[in-house]
Amino acid sequence: MNMSRNPSWERKDLLGLKELSAEEISLVLSTAESFKEVIGRPIKKVPALRGKTIVNLFYEPSTRTRISFEIAAKRLSADVINIATETSSVRKGETLIDTGRNIEALKVDMIVMRHSYSGAAVMLARHVGASVVNAGDGWHEHPTQALLDIFTLKEKLGRMEGIHVAIVGDIAHSRVARSDIWGLTKLGARVTVCAPPMLIPPCIGEMGVSVTQDIQEALAEADAVNVLRMQFERDSGDAFPQQLEYFKNFGITEERLKKAKKNIIVMHPGPINRGIEMSSEVADGANSVILEQVTNGIAVRMAVLFLVSQAAENRKARRTKSAKTESQVLAPGSLIGAPANSLLGKPVNT
Amino acid sequence: MKERARIMDKAGLNRVLLRMAHEIVEKNKGTQDIVIIGVCTRGAFLAQRLAALIGQVDGVTPPVGLLDITLYRDDLSSIAQQPVVHKTEINFDISDKKVILVDDVLYTGRTVRAALDEIIDFGRPQFIQLAVLVDRGHRELPIRADYVGKNIPTSPKETVEVRLEESEGRDEVVVLEKDA
Repeated sequence: MNMSRNPSWERKDLLGLKELSAEEISLVLSTAESFKEVIGRPIKKVPALRGKTIVNLFYEPSTRTRISFEIAAKRLSADVINIATETSSVRKGETLIDTGRNIEALKVDMIVMRHSYSGAAVMLARHVGASVVNAGDGWHEHPTQALLDIFTLKEKLGRMEGIHVAIVGDIAHSRVARSDIWGLTKLGARVTVCAPPMLIPPCIGEMGVSVTQDIQEALAEADAVNVLRMQFERDSGDAFPQQLEYFKNFGITEERLKKAKKNIIVMHPGPINRGIEMSSEVADGANSVILEQVTNGIAVRMAVLFLVSQAAENRKARRTKSAKTESQVLAPGSLIGAPANSLLGKPVNT
Repeated sequence: MKERARIMDKAGLNRVLLRMAHEIVEKNKGTQDIVIIGVCTRGAFLAQRLAALIGQVDGVTPPVGLLDITLYRDDLSSIAQQPVVHKTEINFDISDKKVILVDDVLYTGRTVRAALDEIIDFGRPQFIQLAVLVDRGHRELPIRADYVGKNIPTSPKETVEVRLEESEGRDEVVVLEKDA
């Protein structure tokens, strides 16, 4: 079988989309397509990650992302342990690295982490041998959300090259926006961000996106609009607009969509503030794919967990193989050296 | 890898598949409740061809499904390269059906073991029969085929390659010898 041309995933961790190549993103998407078929089966579980243990380590409250990761892991037959830091030793002052090392000492294969500090996942990944999947870190990245956004877009539009995506809302504080921008631009999509001036970070243009404060202009040419959640719970005072004022100027309404492309796709990472980011009619309307995003999230996260786990297994297999080859060279004719066929070349299924 | 022998050409392959189609119809006394499921990727092509031939023989073309067994493999952790996960497409209910499982080469039996596990996760068929184009021996599990295109005794140093028009652009079966 000619397997050499297959793209492969070599990374120990998934920390963000910034460092991924277009090929790596496409590999996750095509793998997720197969997993989408799996979650439509009568028995939605496959034995691919049997015997693996995954810890969900959530330093921030999250329902949908954690449940999505948990379902994804269970559909792959992995064992899942959830740690909510409110009830853990983190409250007693344990550092992130100590927590990570302790989890690793429990012989865990993968850690899925949500943290409020940007860069937390990168730091954890450097200090543990287990694979780390970033489930959102501060304002930095939320790679699986962006991957499921892109998966949904590709499923609906059939392509990524040349499509136009508007991202509306709190760009400054949004890890989803950053991951989306990295992923979309790598795959050749055009991105326009739209928000009140205080919610647009300086230098956003350097990420290769257009910027506007006119919602109608942002929607005009868009094939899709990703509406971000206004995170009023992070409201620190002056920087945030009033809710009604925001809806009036940036809220997605049916009137505004009437002036956009007829089949414009409306996305939202959830949870929705109805009547603030978009009207209820739009959220439940024909253009909305919000609930499909939730379903696709499982397929995408299964693909990520599978690929990361496979890469770890492959590294382990290569290490064992090279260790065996070495001992064979050192001790020819010894017990290890003799039955070379059976020890080294474990036959691949045919 | 060096080519040792060419076992089947296009005409030979067609004759063998036609004989297998007849055998399937004979053994099952017709095509009632028969469904064909091919293992990705060459088994899936062979399944399509067998279904078409059964249609010629008996007048009814049974439905064809395809099975990707990647997620059910027992050697996921020891194969050098990552297998690409493909879709399984079984767009019919297999409960109480007579499943003919089709693959190109039967060797250790581990692929068939994985395929059996996966099929049973889709429902409870009446029974599953196994059809393979080539049986090359060296089983590691107690599995045997109900329909065999050709038995080719091989050594573990050899490998049997089935090439099909759908995937390789030509129909043939060759025995290759692995480089020392």
